Amino acid sequence: MNVRRRLIFLGAAGLLTAAVGACTDNSSSDASASTDPNHLSVSSTADACDVSAETAPSGNLIFSVKNAGDEVTEFYLLGSDGVRIVGEVENIGPGLQRDLVVRAEPGEYVTACKPGMKGDGIRGALTVTDSGSGSATSDDMTELEAAATTQYKAYVQQQAATLLTGTKAFADAYRNGQDDQARDLYASTRTYWESIEPVAESFGDLDPRLDLREADLEEGQEWTGWHRIEKDLWPPAEGATPATPEQRQQYADQLVADTQELVDRINQLELSADQMGNGAKELLDEVATGKVTGEEEAWSHTDLWDFQANVDGARIAYQALRPIVVVKDPALATTLDERFAAIQTELDKYRAGDGFVLYTNLTPAQVRELSDAVSALGEPLSNLTATVVL
Amino acid sequence: MTSSDTAAAGPHGNVHHRGGISRRGFLGVAGAGALAAGAGLGLSACASGSTPAAASAAAAEAFAFHGPNQAGITTPAQDRLHFAAFDLTTTSRAELVDLLKQWTAAAARMTAGDGAGEYGPVGGLYDAPPDDTGEALGLPPSGLTITFGFGPSLFGSASGTDRFGLAARRPARLVDLPHFPGDALEPARSNGDICVQACANDPQVAVHAVRNLARIAFGVATVRWSQLGFGRTSSTSTAQDTPRNLMGFKDGTANLKAEDTAAIDEHVWVAAGDDPAAEWMTGGSYLVARRINMHIETWDRSSLREQEAIIGRDKGEGAPLSGGTEFTELDLDAEGSRGPLIPVDAHVRLAHPSENGGAAMLRRGYNFADGSTDLGRLDAGLFFLAYVRDPRTQYVPLQNKLARDDALSEYLRHTGSAIFAVPPGVTDASGFVGETLFA
Repeated sequence: MNVRRRLIFLGAAGLLTAAVGACTDNSSSDASASTDPNHLSVSSTADACDVSAETAPSGNLIFSVKNAGDEVTEFYLLGSDGVRIVGEVENIGPGLQRDLVVRAEPGEYVTACKPGMKGDGIRGALTVTDSGSGSATSDDMTELEAAATTQYKAYVQQQAATLLTGTKAFADAYRNGQDDQARDLYASTRTYWESIEPVAESFGDLDPRLDLREADLEEGQEWTGWHRIEKDLWPPAEGATPATPEQRQQYADQLVADTQELVDRINQLELSADQMGNGAKELLDEVATGKVTGEEEAWSHTDLWDFQANVDGARIAYQALRPIVVVKDPALATTLDERFAAIQTELDKYRAGDGFVLYTNLTPAQVRELSDAVSALGEPLSNLTATVVL
Repeated sequence: MTSSDTAAAGPHGNVHHRGGISRRGFLGVAGAGALAAGAGLGLSACASGSTPAAASAAAAEAFAFHGPNQAGITTPAQDRLHFAAFDLTTTSRAELVDLLKQWTAAAARMTAGDGAGEYGPVGGLYDAPPDDTGEALGLPPSGLTITFGFGPSLFGSASGTDRFGLAARRPARLVDLPHFPGDALEPARSNGDICVQACANDPQVAVHAVRNLARIAFGVATVRWSQLGFGRTSSTSTAQDTPRNLMGFKDGTANLKAEDTAAIDEHVWVAAGDDPAAEWMTGGSYLVARRINMHIETWDRSSLREQEAIIGRDKGEGAPLSGGTEFTELDLDAEGSRGPLIPVDAHVRLAHPSENGGAAMLRRGYNFADGSTDLGRLDAGLFFLAYVRDPRTQYVPLQNKLARDDALSEYLRHTGSAIFAVPPGVTDASGFVGETLFA
């Protein structure tokens, strides 16, 4: 895990319909200098919402929204009913400019700026003419998104429930001094944590208690969780003091209690499609910075179990979203299909028994191959969210 | 040469030029006017470095070595860095003092655009190796500054060995930095008895400085580690544009600036009475150096939304997410529709003085890229340098907080760390750096 919280994961909640800012450099997206009919500029002030054109061709539209007023503003592209949100960009501070990218089909639209983030906003009309592109319908997408989030939520809940069952068995073994059994259960139980790690990390306080590595501690900070027990089960040759029976009791009880809390919170959690996309990307980040470098499991060296679980979690999220991706960006779906398969082929080379070889048994060249597979998948996967919400 | 050679001799001093070629000569002919103008106007290298005239002004720029404070701290940050940490191989206090005297003389010469030694790269005895290595021959001073500091180990080792009889003079503020969350420090990139920070607008000039100082030190001190920086990430003068770090964001917008002398006095320079046991540090400062690797590849895969939320500024202009332009003060209370416009774990919020009891620091960091790792990733990041009056209050608590709570920390990995007591400047030609410590 990483010591830092992923507030981002929660911070984007509810943005199901919001487009993610495109990768456009603000300084180069000055629409006033643009002759691209798909690129409009919007100036939002206290009493005006000036859009640079009244018509635009269907397809991807970029609105470069400049807050020229004194209050925080928002910009919406609404359906002709003035209610359905096609795209929105919020929280634009005074003086700032942000892009909204939407895929617009032909039809009548309503534009709205909301200086002060209140009321119905200052509205205008926009006609999108048929250019032959931009035919994806948002109605279909809403259904697909709902199906995706339902499917993924069921997965997360099921993983969390299995994690709790496994954690109890692991904690019992450790508490009772059955170290061989605890060592046997360690990696396989943790896979249920690793597969849903970004969800767990979104609970900022639980994650450090459950999954902090020794290097992530502040001086004087108490160390609990999986890796505290890991070091006790696989002690270094020198310098480690075995936990007392009382400490074992304490670490084991805390691990179970924290996992129970995780399960309870997950059962309350609402998930959105953009969170799923970001979560998949974060899982690959975790592999890139923690597992493929052998840092996560510093004592047990069972990093490849975590690696597989992270990939599994990302693949499940992707597969739930795949029906949307297939419509919006079929080439991305093809690439992701191929690269998920490729990374699995790489990982399968290191299977041993029910699990994997230890990280310390990998040669530098093998680590490099795994790392390259992670990068090859991570790069297109980072476009999943934007594709889904566009 | 002897350590009592005067470093501030006139333009041609007693330097013997066999071939009539000297760096100073170049400056004398072509650069003196630009030098004066540059100093007077506070011209910076980066502000207008794209024009040939400005580029040559930056090259010709020279900063005085002598003064009440060492140069290279409030000096407008130059574009390039070579930083080196040395360990002493001698246990002789006299040899240490002599090294400092020789370094002082060489540093004064090189910052003025001369060779490291009195004869220069192409002078002196024909059967002797030149006393300057020569790669800066023909190059102007390029704004070179050389700044020296003393690490905790100079004042005694963990085993209690006080090699130089300095243990009693160790400043209380020169603390051993604690382990910070997430630290992955490499001993071979950390600590050191003495540091040399060479900054210049030409990388060859900065490297030349460290190379020649290392050469002078052979037999007395040896390089423990060194770090190149290819682009400044902070502006230390209001006359400079704010540069970008390797995450693509402007870095150092809210830095302390040399022009704000009251803030510099409050936050950077050690004042008389600050530490009764270390009055020798009056006019000095404390330097924290951290080699901070960035997870460039995963950062590049994060959305613009996430990047801006992590930093707390907009990427294009560097304006705070609470609005305005780059230098608009943060409005930490400004609310958006989903909480504060500047998120609670945004870097600018957590690092802001108002969130840290007013603690501020003079940052002087550099981008680095030391090739690639075994995994084919960029071995790159920020070589963080910060000058403070008291690291115990101005750095340690802040870094603990950032390492623990800052959303940015997810993308960082501290791989090197060091702290140094940077003594006051050398005020006259007969003095040497660190003289007050040995008085």
